[in-house]
Amino acid sequence: MALLEVTNLGISFGGLQAVSGFRLSVESGHLYGLIGPNGAGKTTAFNMLTGMYVPDEGNITLDGVDITGKTPEFISKAGIARTFQNIRLFKRMSVLDNVKVGMHNKVTYGMWHGIFRDGVFRSREKEMDQKAMELLDVFGIADKADYVASQLPYGEQRKLEICRALASEPKLLLLDEPAAGMNPNETLELRETVRKVRDDFGIAILLIEHDMKFVMGICEEITVLEYGKIIAHGDPETVSNDPRVIAAYLGGDDD
Amino acid sequence: MQFLGYLISGISLGSVYALIALGYTMVYGIAKMLNFAHGDVIMVGGYMVYFTFCSRGWHPLLAVLFAMAVCTLLGITIERVAYRPLRSAPSLAVLITAIGVSFLLQNSAMLLWKSDPKSFTSIISMDPISIAGGQLSIPAETIVTIVVSVIIMIVLLWFVNKTRIGHAMKAVSEDRGAAQLMGINVNGIISLTFAIGSSLAAVAGALLLSSYPTLVPTTGAMPGIKAFVAAVFGGIGSIPGAFLGGVLLGVIENLSKAYISTQLSDAIVFLVLIIVLLVKPTGLLGKKIAVKV
Repeated sequence: MALLEVTNLGISFGGLQAVSGFRLSVESGHLYGLIGPNGAGKTTAFNMLTGMYVPDEGNITLDGVDITGKTPEFISKAGIARTFQNIRLFKRMSVLDNVKVGMHNKVTYGMWHGIFRDGVFRSREKEMDQKAMELLDVFGIADKADYVASQLPYGEQRKLEICRALASEPKLLLLDEPAAGMNPNETLELRETVRKVRDDFGIAILLIEHDMKFVMGICEEITVLEYGKIIAHGDPETVSNDPRVIAAYLGGDDD
Repeated sequence: MQFLGYLISGISLGSVYALIALGYTMVYGIAKMLNFAHGDVIMVGGYMVYFTFCSRGWHPLLAVLFAMAVCTLLGITIERVAYRPLRSAPSLAVLITAIGVSFLLQNSAMLLWKSDPKSFTSIISMDPISIAGGQLSIPAETIVTIVVSVIIMIVLLWFVNKTRIGHAMKAVSEDRGAAQLMGINVNGIISLTFAIGSSLAAVAGALLLSSYPTLVPTTGAMPGIKAFVAAVFGGIGSIPGAFLGGVLLGVIENLSKAYISTQLSDAIVFLVLIIVLLVKPTGLLGKKIAVKV
């Protein structure tokens, strides 16, 4: 059975059917892309997967656990982490603390240990610091651990967001337009980072992206959405040659 | 020498405001709402100490701990019953609800415990401390209040900045949605915030009544408003700001009572607030929030 199994997922806002009949099957260690024109429902699909929206219909199963309509914190614990289209770091907290918040449910100790600062507290905090530094090191930003997050340059903020998401040790990582607003060099670097994450952490990655070169160059399987419906699915080559996809992106005759 | 006396008792009064202001500021920072019922939690805390310590002769420490427990429960219940269902409602609805809860608490207290003033016995049974060769005698309550408040403040700052739960609180305060996606139980964090704020209100109530020993169902109203002012004064959402604001407010109030006019002291306090907000709208230690246009 696949890691993530989505069947017939749908949601509407008032009279607008934002997404319908969405299905997806994700295996560990693979890279998936979700593309489509603006307003196609990509982020809405992400929001349903992470519990921000409760779907009207359909099913989401992660690793055999039904997570349909569960709360974001339940889904986070179950193993899905995400980044955002517009970066949503905890801007006033340090780089290190951002990553440590990501570990919220992974390294735990009771409040009283925290208040009394006993051995449990100190060893757990040390463990967290160490893990967080290792993660930051993978992304080459360990030397900036003490910076306030908002001081980082844009590209590194993107990296930190991925880092924070990985801190929760997810089985599936969702990246919402990771290359948005990046210059070509940063995009190139990001591609390497995403590959590295998949290889080093062995997790599944599903990403939304508008940069076609980026998506085609990195994803093994692509799903194309238009007006909330899947219009194509397959490997990059199949998808890029699909007449409906070309029509959706370039505008074509409706027939 | 007299000035020093006024100053110290001002700092003491200010410390009580600070303790209450911490509740306002933390709840505002994390739940993004003004809990106007916070002042009345002080009153409930005061009655709890009164019934256990003053009437039944419990050990003062035990009585305060009992009051803290009751107020913690009360705070969590208020949040759960009155505010949580309004989590996604417009902030005005929440504000009006908070005022409603405030009236509910005051009137319930009047119904349960009658409106006649109870005279509170100080929970501190130490002798006044005289300094400068007996020229100045400072009540022990004053000193204890300052010491207790400073300790609480340090522990709280440390808790918020250094522990995992504290980080979660800061995360919720910055971006609730993103925090939730990190697996943080936002409702739990908000409950905890109310719990901490309310237990501090109980301590503040016990200390306040030890210095100003008249207990009526509206006892919490004025200190509550002043502590809210202190929180805004210091920069709402900021813990050190609440403390600084509280202490400054207490000092200004006490000094204007001593040197200008007893009747006008409250007016002066609010005048200072207006001036500070005109010059620095985010309060003394408030952070400027850049609004994206």
